[in-house]
Amino acid sequence: MSIKLEHINYIYGEGSASPIHATNDVSLEIKDGEFIGLMGHTGSGKSTLIQHLNGLIRPTSGNIYYNGKNTSDEDFSMKELRSKVGLVFQYPEHQLFEVTVFDDVCFGPKNLGLEKKEIEERAKHALQLVGLDESYYERSPFELSGGQKRRVAIAGVLAMDPEILILDEPTAGLDPKGRDEILDAIKLLHKEKNITIILVSHSMEDIAKYAQRIIVMDKGKVKFDGTPKEVFRHYKELEQIGLAAPQVTYIVHQLKEKGWNISTDITTVEEAKREILTIWKNRKNS
Amino acid sequence: MIRDITIGQYYAVDSPIHKLDPRTKLAGTMIYIISLFLTKGIIGYCIGAFFLLFIIRMSKVPLKYIVRGLKAIVILLLISVSFNIFLTPGEEIFQIWKLKATKEGLIIAVYMAVRLIFLIMGSSVMTLTTTPNDLTDGLEKSLGFLKKIKVPVHEIAMMMSIALRFIPILIEETDKIMKAQMARGADFETGGIIKKAKSMIPLLVPLFVSAFRRATDLAMAMEARCYRGGEGRTKMKPLKYKQRDYVAYTTLFVYFIIMIGVKYIK
Repeated sequence: MSIKLEHINYIYGEGSASPIHATNDVSLEIKDGEFIGLMGHTGSGKSTLIQHLNGLIRPTSGNIYYNGKNTSDEDFSMKELRSKVGLVFQYPEHQLFEVTVFDDVCFGPKNLGLEKKEIEERAKHALQLVGLDESYYERSPFELSGGQKRRVAIAGVLAMDPEILILDEPTAGLDPKGRDEILDAIKLLHKEKNITIILVSHSMEDIAKYAQRIIVMDKGKVKFDGTPKEVFRHYKELEQIGLAAPQVTYIVHQLKEKGWNISTDITTVEEAKREILTIWKNRKNS
Repeated sequence: MIRDITIGQYYAVDSPIHKLDPRTKLAGTMIYIISLFLTKGIIGYCIGAFFLLFIIRMSKVPLKYIVRGLKAIVILLLISVSFNIFLTPGEEIFQIWKLKATKEGLIIAVYMAVRLIFLIMGSSVMTLTTTPNDLTDGLEKSLGFLKKIKVPVHEIAMMMSIALRFIPILIEETDKIMKAQMARGADFETGGIIKKAKSMIPLLVPLFVSAFRRATDLAMAMEARCYRGGEGRTKMKPLKYKQRDYVAYTTLFVYFIIMIGVKYIK
């Protein structure tokens, strides 16, 4: 299950007074089981890019290959693609519409034309994955709290049983507890079911903590593509395009300037803690 | 799709027409429409067309863009044209089944179509060159005299500008929700009428919920800034006629006189 993008261009409002070139010659390959963090400031083309991945928008020019098959071929089944690539939009709780939580989660699998038993099993499983127990099943999605609504909405996509899950800022507007719950659930999915995850986020800490590969978008182009360590090494360039590195990266850079013999490739608090403790121990011993 | 409808959308360029006072443009549109209905005959319509093209040229809005707006009325146009051709009594040209096409009908139909097309194009020039806010400001001021008979002009104008402001927001929202449901396998295109209507539920329910949410937010934000109706409210940019508006009015007057004149010459 791989997706390959070749020279993707997308232009909004072609022929109008102000057309917008949202993605500009983007080429990427997304492999099985990757956990990708997608970054970029507002208007850099992230949202446009992820909508290409499940066929919601077609590129103005360029090709998308899904398991080697070209998605712009006549006989290509968009429905199948959408069932394999789950997309959770920003503020997904705004898409809830059913009378009960359970029915809403069933909407996706129902559209796949599955049998009733299978639909219910998938819905139950999905709700369990996002941490909502049976007491929520018969409640109205509109009377839940913001974080709970969001989890219902994510469950609605998970119930489609996707092989690739794309989340557009799934933690925007949530409190720290809600944020950790959702991110941990996503991590668990990635680990246990080996789902490919693409996480769009503005939080460098979250991306550094969870992602194995980072893609940075700027003005519709891919600016950086690599492991967190590789990408955050360019922290000065990241700042220029309105982004930043995780805070610990700045701390270790400053420590290095103060004469510490510390690696500057550190991106998470855990790593920093380990590194600093080792240095302390060595100092004491010597 | 929905975005293709150009009627009522603002086209942002800088032109003498854009700079005119919205009241001038409102009055101009009214005069133009009246002149279309006053005149009959080829010369009158030629002058009308010439005047319209002149204004469009000055507004710097591409003609193609305005013509695209006509798509929305194609069906209406077809219906009224065929009704006129087949249902007007007179000299027969040809016959389909029991329907007779008449010469008189054909003439009326052509006039009808021309009028309708010019009317739509003329009013699109106004909406394309005036921001919705300016438009409601202009309406509010032009209709200000109705306040004397207790018509809440300001409130109506405010509601109108909010409604206009919300159109693009709701279109965007519709697009977003549609995509979100499509990502969950919803199908809005295939199936019969009943299936299609049913498939609208996952779109309409969230859309209504969000419209209400936005309305509450807006009301709250307005009250937080002490909005309490039109009483004693001043404007940041009060409307004021400038020299170009007098020029425009004079041009309109001359045009109108010519149109009336053409009618009586024949």
